[in-house]
Amino acid sequence: MFCGCPADYQAAEPNTRTCPVCLGLPGALPVINRRAVEYTVLTGLALNCRIPEFTKFDRKNYPYPDLMKGYQISQYDLPLALDGFLEIDGDTQLGLGRRRIGVERVHLEEDVAKSYDDRGEGYSLVDVNRSGVPLMEVVSKPDMRSAEEARQYLTLLHSIVQYLGVSTGNMQDGNFRCDANVSIRPVGSQILGTRTEVKNMNSFRAVYQALEYEVVRQREVIEDGGAVVQETRGWIEEREVTVSQRSKEYAHDYRYFPEPDLPPLRIGPERVAELAAELPEFAPQRSARFQADLALSGYDADLLAGSRSMANYFETTLTLRDADAAEVANWMLGDLARLLNQDHREIDASPVTPQRLADLLALVADGTLSTSLAKTVLEEMYATGGEPADIVREQGLGQISDTGAIEAAVAEAIAANPKAVADYISGKDTAARFLMGQVMRLTKGQAQPELALRLVQEGLELQKTRGSLEP
Amino acid sequence: MQIKDLLCTNGIATTCASRMLAEYIPVYDATAVARLREHGAVLLGKGNMDEFGMGSSTENSAFFPTRNPWDTGRVPGGSSGGSAAAVSAGAAPFALGTDTGGSIRQPASFCGVTGLKPTYGRVSRYGLVAYASSLDQVGPIARDAADCALILQSIAGHDSRDATSLPDAVPDYSAALTGDISGLRLGVPSEYFAEGMDAGVRAAVTAAIDQLAALGAEIREVSLPTTQYALACYYIIAPSECSANLARYDGVKYGYSHQGDGDMWEAMERTRQHGFGPEVKRRIMLGAFALSSGYYDAYYHKAQQVRTLIRQDFAHVFEEVDALAAPVSPVVAFPIGERTDDPVRMYLVDVYTLPVNMAGLPAMSVPCGFSNGLPVGLQLIGPHLSEDRLLNIAHTYQQATEWHRERPGI
Repeated sequence: MFCGCPADYQAAEPNTRTCPVCLGLPGALPVINRRAVEYTVLTGLALNCRIPEFTKFDRKNYPYPDLMKGYQISQYDLPLALDGFLEIDGDTQLGLGRRRIGVERVHLEEDVAKSYDDRGEGYSLVDVNRSGVPLMEVVSKPDMRSAEEARQYLTLLHSIVQYLGVSTGNMQDGNFRCDANVSIRPVGSQILGTRTEVKNMNSFRAVYQALEYEVVRQREVIEDGGAVVQETRGWIEEREVTVSQRSKEYAHDYRYFPEPDLPPLRIGPERVAELAAELPEFAPQRSARFQADLALSGYDADLLAGSRSMANYFETTLTLRDADAAEVANWMLGDLARLLNQDHREIDASPVTPQRLADLLALVADGTLSTSLAKTVLEEMYATGGEPADIVREQGLGQISDTGAIEAAVAEAIAANPKAVADYISGKDTAARFLMGQVMRLTKGQAQPELALRLVQEGLELQKTRGSLEP
Repeated sequence: MQIKDLLCTNGIATTCASRMLAEYIPVYDATAVARLREHGAVLLGKGNMDEFGMGSSTENSAFFPTRNPWDTGRVPGGSSGGSAAAVSAGAAPFALGTDTGGSIRQPASFCGVTGLKPTYGRVSRYGLVAYASSLDQVGPIARDAADCALILQSIAGHDSRDATSLPDAVPDYSAALTGDISGLRLGVPSEYFAEGMDAGVRAAVTAAIDQLAALGAEIREVSLPTTQYALACYYIIAPSECSANLARYDGVKYGYSHQGDGDMWEAMERTRQHGFGPEVKRRIMLGAFALSSGYYDAYYHKAQQVRTLIRQDFAHVFEEVDALAAPVSPVVAFPIGERTDDPVRMYLVDVYTLPVNMAGLPAMSVPCGFSNGLPVGLQLIGPHLSEDRLLNIAHTYQQATEWHRERPGI
């Protein structure tokens, strides 16, 4: 945030992404990362926030070995964005519909180093790589009424920051973190109850479970005649409980004051307008457009619009091929998704590019490939990164539509399966399908299916008439 | 060159005259140091000082006090005492000092050498171990204004590593030394000639102002009514910022580390208890208190507002005059140990230099005579980025006088 060190702390060897500034060495000074400020303003705009003209950084003072300078450069009273909102669908089980969840503020600060405590050897280790990495904090207003609404809020926020390219949104890597504050109150009361803060949730599911657990726990405390203690509690994934962390911290007076090493920033209306023009169409709007203009189902549209790269891939393929949107959607959400998921790959890393997918669909449309053959070709394309036309040619997979070639297979299938023939003659039409399957097998799947079925039926009819002609 | 031990020198110990950093070796050069090296300057040694820049006599050094070359029973001033003494004694042709509340000007005046505190932001603070971030500046101490001009030329200018460094172009300081100050409007602020000043100081400074008039300056009486608030203002803002700037010294990463029994927090407390000297601890406590919940508005916030008034006071005066002439300090070098029992009495030697730091303005100390055999300094204060003007006034004065050529008898 304030130096030039790379932010790839997860992958790097400990203490290799450091410099005098993020180490907090004597004499080192911070310098603001412009792009981080821009990302934060963009996020604020995406969350319908007000971007004040003046903003500044402040020092948040407290001692800890993972805080190199003994203070964290953060924002106190003049953050980058204020008073925004997100619209969620609402928890229908509670009778709550679509409404706004307020966003109190979005601000920027630096991350602290990573501590490795309680190793049982009587010491802790500090990896300074993470120190100084930019952290953007989005603080919501206490408008959510259930864990389900929290889940909706988080999912939408996650989608927005991914869409903006501001964060990968990966919770496991620590790129998207959540601390939740939760309280309960009697139905009808206007006063919020005492809240606890819950930390250490590493997935959306954990957030949901932790909040559900905490609500139950608080309810039990109150029903037993006690009072909820305002404290920080940690979510323990293995035991699915929250545990008080009270003893680990004592109340800090952070003694905030404006950071004297960094001049205040002026972000004028012109600059805000420039940044606003950079905002993309977000997932909900894109999904709505897919449904309205392309007649996709809500389910499919939401999936395709779910990530910016998915949505871009989809729309690119459509333009390349003027294809049927539903067809492209089926391929992307079916076979392609399956292949990507097996490898835990994002669509950006797909060896099957939009162009290649479009070309494959063109081969199906012009009859060169059957749908099932096309699936095989897709797998090959994914494995090798090859062009569909090349694969078809190399493997001789072109659909056989030459009647004569298929007739030979039909004859062979009929000769080899007298029982099926007999079944057909006695009225079981499904036997034709069985024989068609045999023909497909004999032609290594390359016979054009409709043609194969027709020729099988013709051949069977011939058998029928022959049979009735036998003396 | 000699470099005050508050500036980082790559591979060479930088102690800040503190036990906390007694064995600390930086891995980079401060920008000002690097620029001087690029210009071919040779490092002779690091200068003794008051610990972390906190002090007015160099008696707060954790190692030893430096003695004034003019009278070795007296202080050289502070906090850049070692630097001023080195230049005064001829041990180095020039030095880099730092000035947060007067720490270049005051020792320069006590030691009879020329010193300059640039406009805040004129010289990069990257590599300057922070004391009070909004006040600290690096500047030259040398035998005359012409030398100061050369040194300032090398170190001034924007540094992308210091977000508070000014983008303004650096003028040719040496070319500004025309030796002509005719028509210069020189203000004499009445508040800087208050009761209680050393008579010899008053006499020497008044004579210097007369000399400047003879050289063509037009002398005007002016008033800076906020002068009386600068001391209190400084001793809230500087300790507040320093309490945060010195929080990093905990014995975990580098520097002095007092191990022993107990847990990590106890080790940290002991490290700071033994690693810092009494004046440093005093200021950290003052600062932490001034920033604490419930007191921030009454102290720190209020002090910053008063600071704005001080700045406006100077800006107003500089609509009438081009520069100000005043004493650097109400006293000359005092005996070692004379003020160490009374911190406030020690703070009072800086009453005339502190306001300048509050306003972020440039100022110089120019030798202008003696009082009881001890050097007296004339302070020249200018508006924002007027170093060239100040250097020319000092240079012109030094063409017509010999005070700066006097050498101690050692």
